[in-house]
Amino acid sequence: MLEAIFLVVAQVTSLLAVSPFLVGLIRKVKARLQLRRGASVFQPYADLAKLFRKQPVISTTASWVFTATPYIVFASTLSAGLLVPTFISQTPMNFAGNIIALVYLLALGTFFLILAGLDAGSTFGGMGSSREAIVASLTEPAMILSIFAIALTNGSTNLSTIVQKTALLEGTVADPSPHLMALAALFIVALAETGRVPVDNPATHLELTMIHEAMVLEYSGRYLALLEWAAGLKLAVFLSLIANVFAPWGIATTVAPAAMMIGFLVYLAKTAALAVLIGVIECMFAKLRLFRVTDLLGVAFILGLLGLLFFYILRS
Amino acid sequence: MLNLLWILLGSYVVGILLPLCLPRRPEVQSLAASAPAIVATSAGIVLGLLGITSSEPVTISLASTIPLLAFSIRIDPLAAFFVLTISLVGLAASIYAIGYVRHFDGRASVPVLGALFNGFLCSMTLVVLADNGIFFLIVWELMSLLSYFLVVTEHEKAEVRYAGLFYLIMTHVGTAFIILTFLILFYDSGAFSFEAFRHPKQPLPEGMRTFAFLMALIGFGTKAGIVPLHVWLPYAHPAAPSHISALMSGVMIKTAIYALIRVYFDFLGGQFPWWWGFVVLFLGATSALLGVMYALMEHDLKRLLAFHSVENIGIILLGIGAGMIFQSYGLKELAALGLLAGLYHTINHAMFKALLFLGAGSLLYATHARNIDEYGGLLRRMPWTGVFFLIGAVSISALPPTNGFVSEWLVFQSLFLSYQLPTVFLKLMLPIAAAILALTGVLALACFAKAFGISFLALPRSAHARHAEEVSAPMRVGMGLLAAFCLVLGVAPMVIVPLLDRVIAPLAGISIEEKVLAMDGWALAPVNVEFSSLSTPVLALLLTGLALLGWGLAVVFGGRLRTRHYKTWGCGINLTPRMEYTATGFVQPIKRVFSTVYQPTVKLETEFLHESRYFVKRRHFEFHIEPIFEKYLYNPLVAFFTTMADRLRVIQAGSLHLYLTYIFVTLILLLLLAV
Repeated sequence: MLEAIFLVVAQVTSLLAVSPFLVGLIRKVKARLQLRRGASVFQPYADLAKLFRKQPVISTTASWVFTATPYIVFASTLSAGLLVPTFISQTPMNFAGNIIALVYLLALGTFFLILAGLDAGSTFGGMGSSREAIVASLTEPAMILSIFAIALTNGSTNLSTIVQKTALLEGTVADPSPHLMALAALFIVALAETGRVPVDNPATHLELTMIHEAMVLEYSGRYLALLEWAAGLKLAVFLSLIANVFAPWGIATTVAPAAMMIGFLVYLAKTAALAVLIGVIECMFAKLRLFRVTDLLGVAFILGLLGLLFFYILRS
Repeated sequence: MLNLLWILLGSYVVGILLPLCLPRRPEVQSLAASAPAIVATSAGIVLGLLGITSSEPVTISLASTIPLLAFSIRIDPLAAFFVLTISLVGLAASIYAIGYVRHFDGRASVPVLGALFNGFLCSMTLVVLADNGIFFLIVWELMSLLSYFLVVTEHEKAEVRYAGLFYLIMTHVGTAFIILTFLILFYDSGAFSFEAFRHPKQPLPEGMRTFAFLMALIGFGTKAGIVPLHVWLPYAHPAAPSHISALMSGVMIKTAIYALIRVYFDFLGGQFPWWWGFVVLFLGATSALLGVMYALMEHDLKRLLAFHSVENIGIILLGIGAGMIFQSYGLKELAALGLLAGLYHTINHAMFKALLFLGAGSLLYATHARNIDEYGGLLRRMPWTGVFFLIGAVSISALPPTNGFVSEWLVFQSLFLSYQLPTVFLKLMLPIAAAILALTGVLALACFAKAFGISFLALPRSAHARHAEEVSAPMRVGMGLLAAFCLVLGVAPMVIVPLLDRVIAPLAGISIEEKVLAMDGWALAPVNVEFSSLSTPVLALLLTGLALLGWGLAVVFGGRLRTRHYKTWGCGINLTPRMEYTATGFVQPIKRVFSTVYQPTVKLETEFLHESRYFVKRRHFEFHIEPIFEKYLYNPLVAFFTTMADRLRVIQAGSLHLYLTYIFVTLILLLLLAV
């Protein structure tokens, strides 16, 4: 029991601590590739501290849904984070939900963000909400299919169980093709869900292009800080998911302090590597037009389906 | 238990007669209708719980002199479960009605409405309790007719009359197929009692069983609103008064689910080929997806909710269909799981859909408008209705930790466990159904973000919404009760699962309670702890705890800051409701992405000022989506029948002598055939 509480606290703290770093790292990589020096990778921490100290301004049009949303989004994203293994393979909250629960916890946050976007009554918010609705609708089927292909190999849909089984497995998976398909699909899903180029551009405030930024446009002060942190957390959740499901090397499989230390460092390295990759992709690709995003997410869906098909065909 | 049954039936009879006998005072009459209904539904709740938990089914039969007919009732766990569902929704609707029917004073007869309400509830209860085929058909028909009369309450409106007629025709087409189903079952058993259907003297031949399967699917599917038999639903459900819509959408369509389970798992003994299950699964997936897609394009709140009933019936059928597939391969545990998921979603949908319809009724009551583009900003004017509607919206969008999430999660698990099936085709089809369910879930989320966001948030979009006032206490209590059920059914699956297990055990022939509940009931782990687990109570705690953590972090890092309130930036001019996103605008991207399904037609007319074409005088915009099923399936059918009727007019000359000749000729022919 004590051990479980320790692990929950450790996981919450590590997710909260690591997520701004990942955001900062992506920004830094983009800056370097664009031949700028860019802000320090720790800038997001300073941004959060500054936002928390600022006085929030709330629209007179908005209702309590607007002020409750940052807390709900923060809580739902962090709860989703507790279902994904980070530095240790056995998460104490493993029993509380599987991959479907993770998807729907994130959807809870999306639902309230969409509402908050509409609440202030400005056109921008509604625009963001409307676009978020279509992007979310297209990503989730792809996400569920792709993760299911992996779940089948391990006989579980609980993420911690999947990671633990893979981590304890000697050598590699008998046939990697379903996993490769699923990896590609899940990566596209991660880009879409975390609002990255080519689906959304987190660095823009141009009404023609923004999705997530449009929904949170009316937020300020501590509310904005919580939402920014939650966005960072969502990124961390997806990167942890991809890193640990497909490459659980070095993850701690016991509660021993030394193993956990190594696990944490390896986790940091893996997620950082993925963050760099995202930074590179953001520099190499242009943002897609909203109605071209469907093609990209369609590809993700088909990849997930192919992963499933390969699994059954190779088995039989 | 029998005493309870008499109390239940007696109260309904009182509820039918009392309002009609009282003097013309609407408050008194509405109370006289609701009070007996409250007693009856309370008795129904206890009866349901007792019926589910009791070990032996209770039967009672009043013989009649009409051959083959007996007024017999049997309370077994399956029937008791549906009595419980009907009574829970009925209780909330009766309380709600005390405040709501005032709305109809002067426009419709309040006592007649009250009497019909009681009769409708009574007939639904009898449908699930009936233990004789003919008795079942009588109460089924009664249910259909009473609901028809309730649908046409506001018969002075032409669209209501059209909705009523459409419903009346569709429901009777359905009944025709149900009669066929019972005739097939009668064919070999020689009796109309359900006991005889269950144990026919000789087993039905395979062909007849398949025929019975199809006839039952069409007959009950019409009532349930399975695509493509759903077309009446978005007309009829919104036309009725809202507390009746809640009953129709929440529970009446579930009587069809009851009947399907009764026929397939009870009468046909759960013995069927895999493709029966696949057909049900396929129809379920189609209904779920198309239901939600059409709902998205709908801006009339009650029509939107009616389309969501089609979606949710689809989700229920996904569970039941998966269960049937597993059953045909002898995977009993998984079959039981599929049924459990389907039934869990049945009671959940009853709760949140009734809640949402009551919420829609409150909005209608307060604003006299049904189009969500005429609402806006209502959360401030109607805080209670707003909170209850939000709970309903979160539940129907299947978001944790509410009840809709638990049952959809269970449906997902039963679809995922398909890897245990022997054929690759099904192994692939069930996960694809899961992907469709995922798409359905998110589209429902988008739809209810639209419905709640446009109706309750931002600025009021019309004078109606600006002057809206919170509804009366009984209406709030009715909604609050259902909202509480939604939350309890979500965070306490350990209470519901054992009850459901008792309902399913006799049908699937196996009890899976211990296999589904893990960790002393704190987690659900359908069939295999390692494959998947879920604990909504823990998720609810986590969400609360972490939200508090977020608040704590804000306090620690920022201290206590005063919040400043200021108007939204409107690009330099004052914000007006016309700048807000409309419901049409909100779903535009979805409409465009799925244009293959919608086939939208857009009409934009612009009138310019006479002096210059740079100044627009008036713009007219309208868009329509192609009603595919009505255009390509129903219109040709209607045209065919109209032509046939025209042709047949030749032999209908209206002369009595001619008709007597027809009768005589028929008699001779029949006699010849008999020889």
